[in-house]
Amino acid sequence: MPTFGSFALLLALALSAYTLLAGGVALRQIATGGRGRVAPERLAETARRAGIGTFIATSAAAFALVWCAFTNDFSVAYILHHSNRALPGPYKFAALWSGQEGSLLLWAWLLAAYGFVLRVRHKVDVKLTAYASTILGGIQVFFLLLLNFAAMPFSLVRGAVPADGFGLNPLLQYPEMVIHPPMLYLGYVGFAVPFAFALGALMMRYPGEKWIHITRRWTMVTWLFLTCGIFLGMHWAYSVLGWGGYWGWDPVENASLMPWLTGTAFLHSVMMQEKRGMMKSWNVWLIFSTFMLAIFGTLLTRSGLVSSVHAFAQSPIGNWFWVFLVIVFAVCLFTYILQRDHLKAENKIESLVSRESSFLFNNLVLLAACFTVLWGTLFPILSEYVVGNKVTVSAPFYNRVAVPIGLFLLFLTAIGPLLAWRSSSFRSIRKNFVVPLIAAAVTGVVVIACGVHPWDIFTTTHQGSFYAFVAYCLGALVVTAVGSEFLRGAKVISRNTGKNLLASVVQLTRRNTRRYGGYIVHFGVVVIIIGFSGQAFNQTQEQELALHQSIHIGPYKVECEGYSQDTNPNYDTEYALLNVYKDGQLVTKMAPERRFYNASQQPLTVVSNHSTPAWDLYVIYAGKNPDTGQPIVRVFLNPLVMWIWIGVAIVVFGTGLALVPNLSAALAASRVRVPAQAVALTAQGDD
Amino acid sequence: MRGPGPTGRAIAKVTLIALALGMIAALSMGVSDSGTRFNDLGNKLMCTCGCGQVLLQCNHLGCPALARETAELHADIAAGMSNNAILIAFQNEYGPTVLAAPMLTKFNMIAWIVPPLLLGLGILGTVLLVRRWRQRAAAMPPVQQSAEIRALRDQVRRETEL
Repeated sequence: MPTFGSFALLLALALSAYTLLAGGVALRQIATGGRGRVAPERLAETARRAGIGTFIATSAAAFALVWCAFTNDFSVAYILHHSNRALPGPYKFAALWSGQEGSLLLWAWLLAAYGFVLRVRHKVDVKLTAYASTILGGIQVFFLLLLNFAAMPFSLVRGAVPADGFGLNPLLQYPEMVIHPPMLYLGYVGFAVPFAFALGALMMRYPGEKWIHITRRWTMVTWLFLTCGIFLGMHWAYSVLGWGGYWGWDPVENASLMPWLTGTAFLHSVMMQEKRGMMKSWNVWLIFSTFMLAIFGTLLTRSGLVSSVHAFAQSPIGNWFWVFLVIVFAVCLFTYILQRDHLKAENKIESLVSRESSFLFNNLVLLAACFTVLWGTLFPILSEYVVGNKVTVSAPFYNRVAVPIGLFLLFLTAIGPLLAWRSSSFRSIRKNFVVPLIAAAVTGVVVIACGVHPWDIFTTTHQGSFYAFVAYCLGALVVTAVGSEFLRGAKVISRNTGKNLLASVVQLTRRNTRRYGGYIVHFGVVVIIIGFSGQAFNQTQEQELALHQSIHIGPYKVECEGYSQDTNPNYDTEYALLNVYKDGQLVTKMAPERRFYNASQQPLTVVSNHSTPAWDLYVIYAGKNPDTGQPIVRVFLNPLVMWIWIGVAIVVFGTGLALVPNLSAALAASRVRVPAQAVALTAQGDD
Repeated sequence: MRGPGPTGRAIAKVTLIALALGMIAALSMGVSDSGTRFNDLGNKLMCTCGCGQVLLQCNHLGCPALARETAELHADIAAGMSNNAILIAFQNEYGPTVLAAPMLTKFNMIAWIVPPLLLGLGILGTVLLVRRWRQRAAAMPPVQQSAEIRALRDQVRRETEL
């Protein structure tokens, strides 16, 4: 099977190189009117089919690696290092992406899969798809070169083959790790498609904005995957890492956030190009940057450039990524310089107080956030280079610099929908803003009455209360603004059709799914931010617990009912059994545990979490006192965390809704059954 | 479009100034409070065991560095040292990477200044650019529009609105 896998990778490389070269030659001939021995159209078609073949060959290679994992083929070095006999089946499957070589194979396979869909649907626009297919072929060549010559997943073990593997990193043996990396990679890789379309459209001086319509769904689906990937990663970190948080501003986390920020900016600003022919250069560079940041993120994770909790080991493939990144940038810059006159805006912004301006500022703030993350991630390297001292840039930096930028973005999210296109009169601003501002003020008063003291920022080093207060007020502003948009439209429909308000809201949403789906996404973002804000009020306690001894935290009493240990072929376990009481009533039983994996000889904390809308009671088994044998338990009370996951579900729903065609378009597209008599009449008429 | 009157402009200015002051306050405020000092400082220091995590977030079971550093932190607070003095003491003992964020000194100042500065410059540049576009548009002769064309434009705007 390793030989089959290696052959499949070589074949995939040959096919993708053909896609790039033949596609490039054909497109060049079509552009210049030149002809070779084969007609350019036929040559382009062979390139397209080779691209489809790349998918089949890459799939075969991925299958071969998974097969090796399931059959415990430890002659393959990758399987030896990332699997073992006792590893449960789903994690053997996940071994495909748990190491450097396997995850690069996943990258290449997903890219080939995206390319497959694109090439199969080439009739949407044959010429533009041919350009995009050729560009994707170029990206594919890079990843297959890596897999064939720098990070080979089918390398064989030298000497005697061990009887068992070293096992999968225990941190990765968690259900979400089966789905989080593929989601994240679907997001990373997916941005290659709008990138290829944008670059292709620029190369061929594609008339109009149709390429944006073609790529809109690609971009949204990709953005959705990346969003899900990031939040699944957060949930995994929260559930597995056992430090009570979900985002540590780790360089690898930052690497996933950067393309998400620019991708979000692109999703917003592209509307300006569609509707008003503005910001064309900006959009092109946004999608270029998003793709380059996805590659840069992969580089960060794999090169050892920055130290990170969950980066792959330092390896020489970083140089390959640097070269690729430089080539991509050079191609983008060169194409832009050649074709920039094609990107002249058809309109200019007419007023600072307009919907267009709000989009522009929204983009600016998203880019500032992206720059802040990039700056914080790379500053240690800059510092070492300039002053010879490596410094750490972690959560305190981002909390001070990035959080205010995020709150400013929330403010723009609130005011954007309230502004008219082109320009807003002062009267309309006053009319639209009164209710949201009152809602924000009332929220502020309620929040203070509930015990949040924003003025703590003046008396302590805690900014949390202040940020949380601002977030709640701005959240109310956004929700009221979004609500009033729904209400205003629904009232008109209700007046005209006599439907009730709820039915009118549904009809309104179906008429313009993109707009109202977008508003639902904004609402989801507010819910997520409310969840984040709870972090300002986290509490924690740690204590060694004897039998029936308890810890008090918030409204809970956590009492030790017992502690013991257990074993199975994969790991040994130590755990504590805890009874949780609230107001004297037993609420739940919890069993935080510590595992020690036999194959990898690594420990893992398994968190026990009792989640409610108000807070999470998050308990970890911190260790055992060697003198008494009693468990040491760390308890966290994390407010509002559940709202983060609810918010994500709302975002997913909103994005899904925005992907559904509008009601009118759907009606136009649906077939209408024609009565047989009418058909017969038409036939007679034709005669 | 009918622009805001003097009162409106004044309100807009006050709002903008309040926002700017709020952001500055958020970025710069904060003095020490003995009640939460351990948590505050513990979240400003890194664990030195090599896990790359903030001290109070280190999840390594039985981490020796965590125990040693937290003990030192407790001792320093009990000794009445100021927050700054404690951070400097840790920096001297473990090197600059023990601080979770660079201190406001010399070159490290750049880390803190550059992002808000660039955002400020970006906003300023955008405002100036839009004003320039507006002035250019104002310099062009106004297009004579009949009531029919205005109605048509309004319809187009309504139908193309997002």
